[in-house]
Amino acid sequence: MPHEGYRNLRLKIIATTLTFSLIPLFVLGASIYYQFHQSYSSKIHENLRAMAENRRHALDLFFDERISQLTTVAYTMTFDRVTAPGTLERLYDLIQSRSKYYVDLGVIDENGEHVAYCGPYKLKGLNYRDTDWFQSVIARGTYISDVFLGFRKVPHFIIAVARREDDHTWVLRATINTDLFEAMVRAAQTGRKGDAFLLNRDFVYQTAPRFHGGLLEKNTSLQLPMFMGTRLIEHAMEGRRLLVAATWLENKEWLLVVEQDPGEELLPLFRTRHLTIGLMTAGVIAVVFGTVLVSQLMIRQLIRADREKAELDANLMQSAKLAAVGKLAAGIAHEINNPLAVIREKAGWIRDLLEEEDIQSSDNFAEFADAVEKIEAHVERARTVTHRLLGFARRMEPVEEEVDLHRVLDETIAFLENEARHRNIAIHKEYMADEPTIISDSSQLQQVFLNIINNAIDAVEQDGDIWVRTHRDGKKNSITVEIADNGPGIPPEHLSKIFDPFFTTKRTGSGTGLGLSISYSIVKKLGGEIVVKSNRPKGAVFTLSFPARQGAD
Amino acid sequence: MMPYKVLVVDDELDFLETIVKRLERRRITVTGVASGEEALKQLETFPVDVVILDVKMPGMDGLETLRRIKRRWPFVEVILLTGHGSVESGIQGMELGAYDYVMKPAKLGDLIAKVEQAYERKRLREKQSQ
Repeated sequence: MPHEGYRNLRLKIIATTLTFSLIPLFVLGASIYYQFHQSYSSKIHENLRAMAENRRHALDLFFDERISQLTTVAYTMTFDRVTAPGTLERLYDLIQSRSKYYVDLGVIDENGEHVAYCGPYKLKGLNYRDTDWFQSVIARGTYISDVFLGFRKVPHFIIAVARREDDHTWVLRATINTDLFEAMVRAAQTGRKGDAFLLNRDFVYQTAPRFHGGLLEKNTSLQLPMFMGTRLIEHAMEGRRLLVAATWLENKEWLLVVEQDPGEELLPLFRTRHLTIGLMTAGVIAVVFGTVLVSQLMIRQLIRADREKAELDANLMQSAKLAAVGKLAAGIAHEINNPLAVIREKAGWIRDLLEEEDIQSSDNFAEFADAVEKIEAHVERARTVTHRLLGFARRMEPVEEEVDLHRVLDETIAFLENEARHRNIAIHKEYMADEPTIISDSSQLQQVFLNIINNAIDAVEQDGDIWVRTHRDGKKNSITVEIADNGPGIPPEHLSKIFDPFFTTKRTGSGTGLGLSISYSIVKKLGGEIVVKSNRPKGAVFTLSFPARQGAD
Repeated sequence: MMPYKVLVVDDELDFLETIVKRLERRRITVTGVASGEEALKQLETFPVDVVILDVKMPGMDGLETLRRIKRRWPFVEVILLTGHGSVESGIQGMELGAYDYVMKPAKLGDLIAKVEQAYERKRLREKQSQ
């Protein structure tokens, strides 16, 4: 597979793996976050609602208590007793001893005349007959005022109860400490940005809000009609989102408003979001890194497997090719041998006839004799080729004997040394230390070494070196023979054909192109391997490896 | 004339004809036939000392012919002519009792030398068995 193909495959693997791992990761992360967001938000809403209702109960209770306290006082007294000097003071002390809500206490007769007063201000003698609140308390029995500045220009509100006594009515009136009252409302303020305040029916602040405006100013943003229960509103205010709980008090037409900054309340949620995003990012990085790594490993493995397969294929092809060509060569050689035999016999017959005297005297006798000799010589030449071919195809079982590789190499080199010396080529022996004994066929091995070293001598031609090295490959348990030369090397386009029968680069007539082919099949038959490498222009290396004898060392 | 008689068996008629002529020229009593069946028929009427037998022939092949000759005439020596240089068929032939094998195309001189050696062995074995 070409380089491009591997890259595309790798990208495909990465894309697929990332898709199938990241999408579930995102879905999981998003849905968990969404669920958490939902439940956390609803929890915040519930908390706010509960707090608002809680405050409302407290305020209602506060009004209830004040009214019942004043009612109790009013109904345990008579107008004459309560206006008697010192009584109101004692009552005030009694009430104040339990709670500090009251600022003053006063008694107003049915004409609106402030007949008795106990408190820090000089209110005695004022007439309230024409005020709305006085009309209202006379009509309904109880009254709670809005906050107002009153005569003293101090914010306060009053609670009044009317006492009907025989045929006339008098009113017990108390001013309520707004500070304490406001503290009760403020208790519902949470965080740095939360707020809690009361609005009256006209949406005027009855307690001072923490932000936006002040006491007795009008609130313009929250204009809610009367409703039952508690409402939660998402409310934008000067660019800030506010969560608002609003509820109307029961005893007074005041709206309790509790504001929360969801940003503040949701802080844990944001932390969770950051954590989630962080974890997701880490997860994505891990997944991407893992995917890239795994794909790289896979592709590397694939490339190696492909390369091994290609080598194996090439090997198998070479073997198959040799087997097929061998069979073909044997067939051809055999078919040629028969006509060659006939030609030889016919030539022999002519030679026989030439021996007769009358022919010997012929003018052309010498020519005949010469022609017959040439025919016989070339029959011999053709016979050599066919016999080599048949030898190549021969399925002779190799002899199994203990062979000392060094001895075989020495003998082979001795055989070629004259030729080498003649051409000024040095043959260097670099043998391993111990004796490499293998089980093989020494004469066939000799033929192989002879072929290869002879080729090396032919390649170097003149003035050069040939190295014959042996070493043991412990890992494969084999003995390796390396025959290297510093000739011109083998052109890459020849490397794949070098073991093919009839492939030769030598001059026509001086080589059959069978030597390496035969060597290859011999080595294969002996259970060995033969590999050629060439680094032009630094010469060629033939590496032969044979299985080492079992238990040799 | 030479003291021995020879039978050549080969399906290649040109070869057969020429080798018979050449052997006759060397004063050898020789007959040529083109198949194994003919060879067996010929031997019935015309006993010989040495048979030169081609291995690869259509019909009855050389090895089968050799087997039958040896069964019928154990003293007759056979030299195999092998077209494909298979040592296997040569060795197989030797196991079946052939005297030797010669690879085609062989030199006539070599062949005659083998024929004479074979004749010598035949005579020796005949003497021993008497």
